[in-house]
Amino acid sequence: MAFLELKGVEKYFGPVQAIKGINLAINPGEFIVFVGPSGCGKSTLLRLIAGLENIDVGSLVLDGRDITQLPSSKRDLAMVFQSYALYPHMTVAQNMSFALRLAKEDPAVIAQKVKRAADILNLTAYLERLPKALSGGQRQRVAIGRAIVRSPKVFLFDEPLSNLDAALRGQTRVEIAKLHRDLGATTIYVTHDQVEAMTLADRVVVLRDGRIEQVGTPLELYDKPANQFVAQFIGTPQMNVLPADAVPPWRTELGAALPAGGFIGLRPEYISLQPAGQGAVQGRVELVEALGAETLVYVNLPGGAQVVTRQNERSTLHVGDTVGLAMDAANAHLFDAQGRVAAAVG
Amino acid sequence: MAATRNVQPFNWLLLLRSVAAWGVTLLLIFPILFLAATAFKTELQAIEVPTLWFFTPTLDNFHEVQERSDYLLYAKNSLITSVGSTLLGLAIAAPAAYSMAFFRTRRTRDILMWMLSTKMMPAVGALVPIYVLAQKTALLDTVWGLIIVFTLSNLPIMVWMLYSHFKDIPAEILEASRMDGAGLWGEFRHVLLPLGMGGMASTGLLCLVLSWNEAFWSLNLSAANAGTLAALIASYSSPEGLFWAKLSAASFLAIAPIVVFGWFSQKQLVQGLTFGAVK
Repeated sequence: MAFLELKGVEKYFGPVQAIKGINLAINPGEFIVFVGPSGCGKSTLLRLIAGLENIDVGSLVLDGRDITQLPSSKRDLAMVFQSYALYPHMTVAQNMSFALRLAKEDPAVIAQKVKRAADILNLTAYLERLPKALSGGQRQRVAIGRAIVRSPKVFLFDEPLSNLDAALRGQTRVEIAKLHRDLGATTIYVTHDQVEAMTLADRVVVLRDGRIEQVGTPLELYDKPANQFVAQFIGTPQMNVLPADAVPPWRTELGAALPAGGFIGLRPEYISLQPAGQGAVQGRVELVEALGAETLVYVNLPGGAQVVTRQNERSTLHVGDTVGLAMDAANAHLFDAQGRVAAAVG
Repeated sequence: MAATRNVQPFNWLLLLRSVAAWGVTLLLIFPILFLAATAFKTELQAIEVPTLWFFTPTLDNFHEVQERSDYLLYAKNSLITSVGSTLLGLAIAAPAAYSMAFFRTRRTRDILMWMLSTKMMPAVGALVPIYVLAQKTALLDTVWGLIIVFTLSNLPIMVWMLYSHFKDIPAEILEASRMDGAGLWGEFRHVLLPLGMGGMASTGLLCLVLSWNEAFWSLNLSAANAGTLAALIASYSSPEGLFWAKLSAASFLAIAPIVVFGWFSQKQLVQGLTFGAVK
């Protein structure tokens, strides 16, 4: 049975409908990531679950209990904010123990829980400091510590890493994954960074315009996107999506499955470079990005379209070179004119 | 060559500015100094022309003021009404400012402007209805009557000041406390109050000063029972004629506490009034 269930949840801001009927069942211990472009409603959805915004239509059930109308303070959820939102007038220890002190827990138990959280998060040396005396990464850990001392039913993370620099972000991401493995707590994590989504999630929820586009494991989304939006949102560099008419040889190769006015989607690794003259399609090299482990080659096609290919070996190509392109038809995605999946190939 | 360059030319501009600053300061403080000096003269010395600047000071005026009209009663009334209206005002303004700062609606700005606009009406325009209301509710010449009127007249500025202070507190910190299980009172007591203490203090200080200095309503709504120091001063301009030295002594006694108070709290006051102005 689902641990946390959203049933037909809708939210309006004035005349604008921000969330348009979300149905989602989250299992106990699951790590769910909400991902989507800015303005897709992912943070709003998290705030609705947190109780920081009111749900206009629909209901929210946590552990068998309807919490739709319950104030945040009574929901037993913990949230880590993007800005950390630490209490600036309290020390690290006071910040972490605030919820327990409000709940009038035994001081000895509080001290023990704070100590345990501080140990896990490497904060023991900073317990008596004020937040302003901490670095960004340390503040982030205090915010996480504040959430874990409470052992809440669900952890909510609102873009927790976006204020950190790239190195720290990667490191903290690994720590969060480890923390989730150790605590096994149900977690909902909002991000616009698809790498975070792919690496952390048990299941990813892709949102657009207040609607769910697809729910699935990271690799399901990668391999079997439900539509063109998900196909292009997940994966870096993004999937090449070409109007079928722009590449007649490939169109012929894929055959009858392709609807009129449809699109061919090919991940960069499923297009291979051939010497000029070979391969079904010819193009000119526009840009070569040598990243070390892989090389991205951008190729302009005669019709004006551009494709990017991913090579695992170093490339000797130069800008302006003519190359042949061959696709892996078994891994091509076909979309109709509206961006829906037309047919499964392979 | 290098040595001569280090010698600064005499800065005439600085001198000019210093003289001008001192001149303006003396001009502004002159009435207060004049009043203070007169308070320690005899009535005869007080009306002497040209003004007597060197004389043997006397405390007779203070003695007589206390004798003729119980200074301590008026001072007590001033203290009760200004502290009372400050506390009552904070109790009303803080929740109002909280709601406007953290639960904004499309009308919040309009409500704030409307509140401020009430300060643009001349107080005397509301005198008759307020007087009648006070009379009918038996609040005429009572400290409670004054406390209520002072509070109402200070509320717009208190809400505005607290609003601009609260707006600088990140809403996410309050939300975090809600997630941590704090109800409305817990959120106020553990987060808003400590973080907004500076703003509350400067707002309270200003309100205290404004209420202490308030003259219009205390003159019109109070007499022997609830009269404040403003009423005490006014009582010396009638009916037997003007007694300059005693009037000065009474005024000196009335303003001394608030001047001392203002001196010690000027930093908070200035901070409070300019808060948010430079962001």
